[in-house]
Amino acid sequence: MCGIVGLISSKKIKENGERIKNGIYLMNDRGNGLGAGYAAYGIYPGYEDLYALQIMATDDDLMNETGKFINTWFEVIQEQPIPVWNKKIKDHPSFRLYFVKPSLPVEKRLPGEDSDDNYVASRCMQLNKTIKGAYTYSNGKNMGVFKGVGTPMDIYEFFRLDQYEGYSWLGHNRFPTNTPGWWGGAHPFNMLEWSIVHNGEISSYGINRRYLESFGYYCLLQTDSEAIAYLIDLLIRRHGLSIEEATTVLAPPYWSTIERIADPEKKDYLTTLRTTYEQAMLNGPFAVLIAFDGGMFSLTDNTKLRPMTSATSEGYTYFASEIASLYEMDHNLQEVVTPRAGEPIIALFDREAAQVKQ
Amino acid sequence: MENQINKPGQHAVFQPAFDLEICDGCGECAVQCTFNEIRMEPRGEKKIPVANRKSCGACHRCEVTCPRDAIVIKEKPLVLRQHGVWDANALKRVHQQASFGAVTLTGFGADTELPVYWDRMVFNACQVTNPSIDPQREPMETITTLGRKPDSLKNSPKNGSSSLIKLSMPLVFAPMSYGSISLNLQKALARVASEKGLLWYSGEGGLHEELYPYTDYSILQVASGRFGVTPSYLQKARAYQIKIGQGAKPGIGGHLPGEKVLPGISETRMIPEGSDAISPAPQHDIYSIEDLRLLIYAIKEASGYKPVCVKIAAVHNAPAIASGIVRAGADMVYLDGFRGGSGATPSVVRDNVGLPAELALAAVDQRLRDEGIRHLASIIAAGGFRSSADIMKAIALGADTVAIGSAALVACGCHGCQRCHSGKCPWGITTNDPAISQRLDPDWAYQRLTNLVEGWHHEMKEIMGLNGIYDIGSFRGNRLILRGVGLSEKELSVLGIKHAGE
Repeated sequence: MCGIVGLISSKKIKENGERIKNGIYLMNDRGNGLGAGYAAYGIYPGYEDLYALQIMATDDDLMNETGKFINTWFEVIQEQPIPVWNKKIKDHPSFRLYFVKPSLPVEKRLPGEDSDDNYVASRCMQLNKTIKGAYTYSNGKNMGVFKGVGTPMDIYEFFRLDQYEGYSWLGHNRFPTNTPGWWGGAHPFNMLEWSIVHNGEISSYGINRRYLESFGYYCLLQTDSEAIAYLIDLLIRRHGLSIEEATTVLAPPYWSTIERIADPEKKDYLTTLRTTYEQAMLNGPFAVLIAFDGGMFSLTDNTKLRPMTSATSEGYTYFASEIASLYEMDHNLQEVVTPRAGEPIIALFDREAAQVKQ
Repeated sequence: MENQINKPGQHAVFQPAFDLEICDGCGECAVQCTFNEIRMEPRGEKKIPVANRKSCGACHRCEVTCPRDAIVIKEKPLVLRQHGVWDANALKRVHQQASFGAVTLTGFGADTELPVYWDRMVFNACQVTNPSIDPQREPMETITTLGRKPDSLKNSPKNGSSSLIKLSMPLVFAPMSYGSISLNLQKALARVASEKGLLWYSGEGGLHEELYPYTDYSILQVASGRFGVTPSYLQKARAYQIKIGQGAKPGIGGHLPGEKVLPGISETRMIPEGSDAISPAPQHDIYSIEDLRLLIYAIKEASGYKPVCVKIAAVHNAPAIASGIVRAGADMVYLDGFRGGSGATPSVVRDNVGLPAELALAAVDQRLRDEGIRHLASIIAAGGFRSSADIMKAIALGADTVAIGSAALVACGCHGCQRCHSGKCPWGITTNDPAISQRLDPDWAYQRLTNLVEGWHHEMKEIMGLNGIYDIGSFRGNRLILRGVGLSEKELSVLGIKHAGE
């Protein structure tokens, strides 16, 4: 059991973490203090075009080694410690933030690293694989992930999220069951622009992970939810699927439903989607919320074994595991929607807002 | 010289024991025994059965068919001084060879005590954190597709899904030729496959015309003997299989003795009646991987681009060979482990050559993934599958589907007496002698196979459901579902699974 919240301002109006914290704090019973986290978009104005690599390392030596790795493969425009308030949580890894762009020109890169995104994804995987005890847990642009072992309130205070201004926020409260509660294993999980928070357990993780490995993604954070972030990146960014198509891959229609479809083209399309991405399909209970540069969307498993609700008010869309949390974030909700099993809810920024650089 | 029947090596280790108080002397047992083990002798006013004590192989035909239930097959072991090396089997092998001076033949699958890894692996199950699914109440799907798949949606051909073979569950019937098994049994297999949405293989003995109605669900074989391969044969099937090797006899060919080449078989195989049907060890037009490529594409051209499967025995280098096969254009790789059955094979080969299917399957699946070509071909695992649990373990290791041969024969009455090569199968399964093969009622066999398939299908769904998985696609290759018990680090690493407790 875990708790999920999300909020997104369609006009990209920024706010600090106060409301998202209130939303997740209300669902304290959905976690056990062994993990909480947030993601915020739009928090690094002036650095929108740079990849913000967030590093956690268990000690300073590892942090230095990581710094060398990053300086080898990237042009570092700016680096700084991630500010923390460690009066309450004393036992924690150290954190550092690098604003970077790829240093190698395209013609000198390894195969598969042709685009900047591919390059960053691949180098970060390499870093996580080779330096044991240090992780890049977030590498998107103009966004950040803040997570660790503690309650949502602990982590909010630890990372001083009242100091950040973002236009879309994710929050997560963790009740780890099948993997240890540790800093890297807390949610959200990130890959480039995609950040995900997840409530549930992925029974298909074993094959999802092997499938991802054949595309160069390595699941090293010991939590099944990590695979979802990479699957989304693979499906949408690399394979060019739409959000609807990607959610169909993750929570596909039953074969019995496909067989009843009369239109042969649609049937062929869905059959191809299912057979091509059989190994990407998610089984087991899940409700996930995914934030990205263009907005936010939610998805649940085909039998909806985990809760997800959503609501809108003027200029805002909210997501939460429980309806009460929606009202905690906004008292003037216009419409509360509970999606059907396997049905995504997609909230995008307004076109004008999406074009303006914040 | 009365004792000649007891000369070394010809000692039968079983014999029928008759309860003469129950026996009414009907003589059915003597009729049923095709190995001439039982004779009827007069005793006073009635006749009683007497064991010849030289040829019983524990097929249980007499015991099961005795109308009075008066027969029990008993073990009749030679009492030997115990020896850790020269045990009964070792002695018997030498005795036999010394008396015949030929290669010792046998049937069925390997019976050596090498580890059966299926028995050393256990499944996971849901407890608390994710709910198990009850297949009696909720959707549970086992649809399996075979064939070449695109790596992504944007690279998928239009109407591409029509070239895939759709199975209702991950199960097909393994290749068993007309000749090695009876036509009645082939027909029963073909009927069940057609009705249940599975596949059946012809084996290399050609296609009898009585099987024409079932070819939509068939994979017809092109083996080294090329028996029955004609232009129309290459048009009929759902897919074709090039047979390179067989798990029970890797590296050697096949030999159907002339006595078994009866009229129907002669016609189907297109060889003269009574002549030996020889399948050479290699295909004589395939001496290299590029030759295989030529044959794959020749068959595709001739068949209108139907999927082509290549069958190999599991051998040390199987992963590299499988990779070559996939890159040569095959749509499916059929991997036959050393416990696979056989109608006739030298026992020295059966018991000493090849790998367990479990290890070969795990290694091949991983190799194809490492090379990024796993989507190009499906893996069909075969070789000694005994239960739905074995099948699901293979699926979790990475097989797309599993082929069963011996299990299908057992469903139809086989008791594993390992004398398939004799042509005298008392159950009418591995014989085409009209007098004996009529013992297998095709409708009865059809019903038995249907029951087996349905029962296993239920069990497959149970195993998926208790793992919280509603679609077989999330079970396939999902090695986290499995844990090894009592296996070494090396075995675990080849299988790609963790040890129980980890």
